[in-house]
Amino acid sequence: MQVDPRARFENYVVGTANRLAVAAARAVAESPGAVYNPLFVYSGSGLGKTHLINAIGNHAQQRAPELGIEYVGLEDFVQQLHAAMAAGEMERFKQRYGRVDVLLVDDLQFLTGRRETQSELLRLLNALQGSGRQIVMTSDRPPAEISDVDERLISRLSGGLIVDIGAPDYETRVAILREKCEERQISFAAGVLEELARVEFGNVRELQGALNRLSAHQSLDGTLTPAQVRSIAGLPEPAAPPARTSVQTDEFFSFLTDIASAVAAHVEPWKVRIGEAVAYWSGEGYRTSALETMMSMSEAPPNYESLLRGYGQAVEQLRELERQVTTVDARLGGSDLFRDPERLAEATTFVQNALAGAVPPGGPQPAFARNGFEESAANQMAVRAADVVIAEPGQRYNPLFLLGPTGVGKTHLLNAIGNELQLRFGAGGRVACVSAQLFIEELIAALQEGTVERFRARYRAADALLIDDVQFVGSKERTQEELFHVFNHFHAAGKQLVFASDIAPRNIEGLEDRLRSRFEGGLVAEIGQPDRPLREKLFIRFVADARLSVPPEVIAYLADRPATSVRELMGTVQRLRAGLESLGVAATLATARQILEPSGMTPSSAPIAVRQAADTFFLDDEKIVWEWPDVAGRLVEELR
Amino acid sequence: MSLVNYATREITCKIVYYGPGRSGKTTNLHYIYGQVPEDRKGKMVSLATQTDRTLFFDFLPLDLGSISGFTTKFQLYTVPGQVYYQTTRRLVLQGADGVVFVADSQTRQLAENIESFQDLHANLAEQGVDPRTMPLVVQYNKQDLPKELILPVSELSDAINFRDVPEFAADALHGPGVFETLRGISELVLRRLSAGAGATPASR
Repeated sequence: MQVDPRARFENYVVGTANRLAVAAARAVAESPGAVYNPLFVYSGSGLGKTHLINAIGNHAQQRAPELGIEYVGLEDFVQQLHAAMAAGEMERFKQRYGRVDVLLVDDLQFLTGRRETQSELLRLLNALQGSGRQIVMTSDRPPAEISDVDERLISRLSGGLIVDIGAPDYETRVAILREKCEERQISFAAGVLEELARVEFGNVRELQGALNRLSAHQSLDGTLTPAQVRSIAGLPEPAAPPARTSVQTDEFFSFLTDIASAVAAHVEPWKVRIGEAVAYWSGEGYRTSALETMMSMSEAPPNYESLLRGYGQAVEQLRELERQVTTVDARLGGSDLFRDPERLAEATTFVQNALAGAVPPGGPQPAFARNGFEESAANQMAVRAADVVIAEPGQRYNPLFLLGPTGVGKTHLLNAIGNELQLRFGAGGRVACVSAQLFIEELIAALQEGTVERFRARYRAADALLIDDVQFVGSKERTQEELFHVFNHFHAAGKQLVFASDIAPRNIEGLEDRLRSRFEGGLVAEIGQPDRPLREKLFIRFVADARLSVPPEVIAYLADRPATSVRELMGTVQRLRAGLESLGVAATLATARQILEPSGMTPSSAPIAVRQAADTFFLDDEKIVWEWPDVAGRLVEELR
Repeated sequence: MSLVNYATREITCKIVYYGPGRSGKTTNLHYIYGQVPEDRKGKMVSLATQTDRTLFFDFLPLDLGSISGFTTKFQLYTVPGQVYYQTTRRLVLQGADGVVFVADSQTRQLAENIESFQDLHANLAEQGVDPRTMPLVVQYNKQDLPKELILPVSELSDAINFRDVPEFAADALHGPGVFETLRGISELVLRRLSAGAGATPASR
C-alpha cells in the first residue's frame, strides 16, 4: 500500500500530548534504522497514529528517494499473507517484504489471536532488523496489552522505543482546527473555532467531524456566531451550570454570563491569538519579544496572521539549525541564539560557520618555523618547492609531496609551509595540518557518530590541507575514499595540498591507483639525509640552542661524523652537552672526542678495541653468532 | 497590576469598595459571598474587630472560571471606612482596577460621604492615578431604610456624583442593587481592555 502523500509532518499539529511521539518519528524519518528501531506508537483511536506513521514514510522518502518504503495496515498484511499462502507464493511474499527499507505497519492490535500472522511478522521483523532496516508500528494499546500475542513478538516490539499520543489539549485543538480550515480554505467568524475547541473531544476525528458540520451549516446559513456552535455541532451546552432553582445562585450566574459576554466583547481575538503564541513559544523557551511588541499595539497589525506563521517558521528553522549544529558539537546546542527568532540570520551564519569548521581541523604547529629550516643540497629541491608553494599556494605544485626517510625534517618543512600559509591567509584563512593517523582517527569517530558530513565539511572549509605521514592511509580503504574526495575538492578549488611520507607514492602498500596518481601529479620532492654542509649548519644552530660554546674545529669535527637523520644530530649535541656538564670541562676537540667516542677511540676503530679488550674466544669470527635465531627456534634446536 | 495576561490567559480584576465607615461595604461583599455557589466559593478573608468593624480590610476572591478561554478572577476588597485608617486605605487602593464608592444614604451621613469621596480622589491622586481614568461607580446604600431617614437618590447624586459616573441604589443587607453595582463596575473595568490600558502581557 502506498504512503498517503497528504500526511506530512508539516501539517501535523504538535502539542504537549504528542511532542515526544513526533520527535521520535522525526528522528526515525531522518535516519531510518539508526535510532529507535522498532518505533512503536500507540494511542487511542483518532489521535493521529496513522498520520504520524505516514508522515515518517513521506519524510524519509523525501530525504532519500531511493529508499523502499512500505506502509501497510495489519488487516491488509493479513490478507496479503493469506492470498500468498493460498496461491502458494509465500516466497514472493517474503521477498517482497524482505526488500523494504522502512516498513510501516498500522493497527497492530489486530494481531490478537492470529498465530500465523504473528509468526510471519516475527520472522519478517527479525530479518528486517537484522539488516538494519527501520520498522515503525502503531497500535491502540502498548505491546504488552495486545492480548494473545506471542511473547517473543511482544519483546521484539518493545525492544525499540514505545511512545504514546495523548488527547490534544485546548491549544492543540484550536491549532488543529485552524490547520484544517487553512487546508480547506474555509473561514469562520472570530471565536467560532475557539468555541468548538472548548469542547473536550477526546479524538481528532470527532473534532474534524464537528468542524465539517459547522462548515456545511455555514455554507447554507451564512456566517456562524460562536453562540451557535454547540447546537449546530450537536453538542451539549458547555458544562451546563447545574440548574439551580434557588433565585440566589441565579443572581450570581446571570452576573457571570454578563461578565462572560463583556469579556468576549472586549478581549480582542487577535490579541488572544498572539497571547496564545507568546505563551506557547515562551513555554518552549523561545524569546517572544517580537510578538509581545505586536501585542502592545492598540490595533491588530493587518498581517498579524502571517507574522505569527512567520514566527513559527522561524522557530522551526532555528530548531533545524540547532539540530544541525549539535551534530557538530553538542555543546553548541542550547545556545540563546537558537531561542530568538529575531536572530535567525545570526544563528544561520553561526551554524554555517560551525558546520564549516568552528572546530576546524588541527593547524600547523607554530614551533616549526620556516626560517628554522636549513637548506642544503640534500633538501634543496623540497625547500625551493615549499617556498614556491608558500608564495603561490595552489598554483604551481599541487600537491606537493615531500618524500624522505624519517628524521630528515619532512614534518618540520610541512608545518613550516603551514605556518607561512596561515600567515599569508591571515586570521580568516584556515590551514589544516594533520597527521594521517589523526585524519583516520577523526574519520572513524565521525563514522561512529554518524557525522561524516561534518567531517568532510570541516576539511573542505580549510584553505589548505597538509597531511603528514600520508603513507599510513595505505590499505585504509574508507580513508582513501574520503581523502580522494577531499583531494578533488581542494584541487578543483585551487587550494594547496601538501603531503609528507617516508615512502614514495608508488611504494605505499595498499594505496589505490587513483590516489597514487594524484599524489604523483604534483611534485614529489625528495629530502635526502643531511649532507656535510647541512650538518654543519644544523650543528651550529643546535649548539647555539643548547647554549654551549663550542669552537669551530669541534663543529667541523661533529659535522664530519656521518648521520642519517637530523634527529641523530640532535642526539649528538645532547650527548655532548651532558658529557661536558658531567665532566665539568669546556668543549674542545679532545673533550668532544672523549665524550662522543668512548675510550678515546675513533668510531672506526671501536669494534677492534672491543675485540682486543675481551676474551680471545670472541676473536674467532666463526664462533660469534651475530644473528641469533628466535627463541622458538633455539628451543627446537635444544630439544634435538 | 495587569488586568489581562494574554500569556497565562488570565484576567484578574481588583475591585475596591470604598466609602465612609458603616456605609455597608463589607455587607456588599458578604451578600456576594452568600450568592456564590458552594463549589466556587473561595475563602472570604475578613479582618474585623470584635464589634464587627473592618479593622484592616476584607478580601473576597471570586473565581469566575474560564471565560472566553481566560481564567477569570475577581478580587473584591473593602477599605476600612474610619478616618484614622488612612494608611490602610491607601494600601488597599494600590493597583485597583476599579472602585465602587459605597455611600450611606442616611441624611445625617451626607457630610461623611462627601468627605470620603474627596478622600478617595486624594488617595488616587497621591498614587499617581488620574481619578478621571479610574473606573468608578457609586452605590447609594441603605435605600431600604425609612424614607424620613434617607435622602432620595437624585439628591445624593447631586451631592456626591459630580462626575456623573454610573450610580446604583442598593440594599446591601438584602441584596437589591448589589450585583447590579458589581456588574456596573465590571463592565467599566472590562471596557478598558479594548482601550488597551493595562492589557500588557506579563513581562518575562
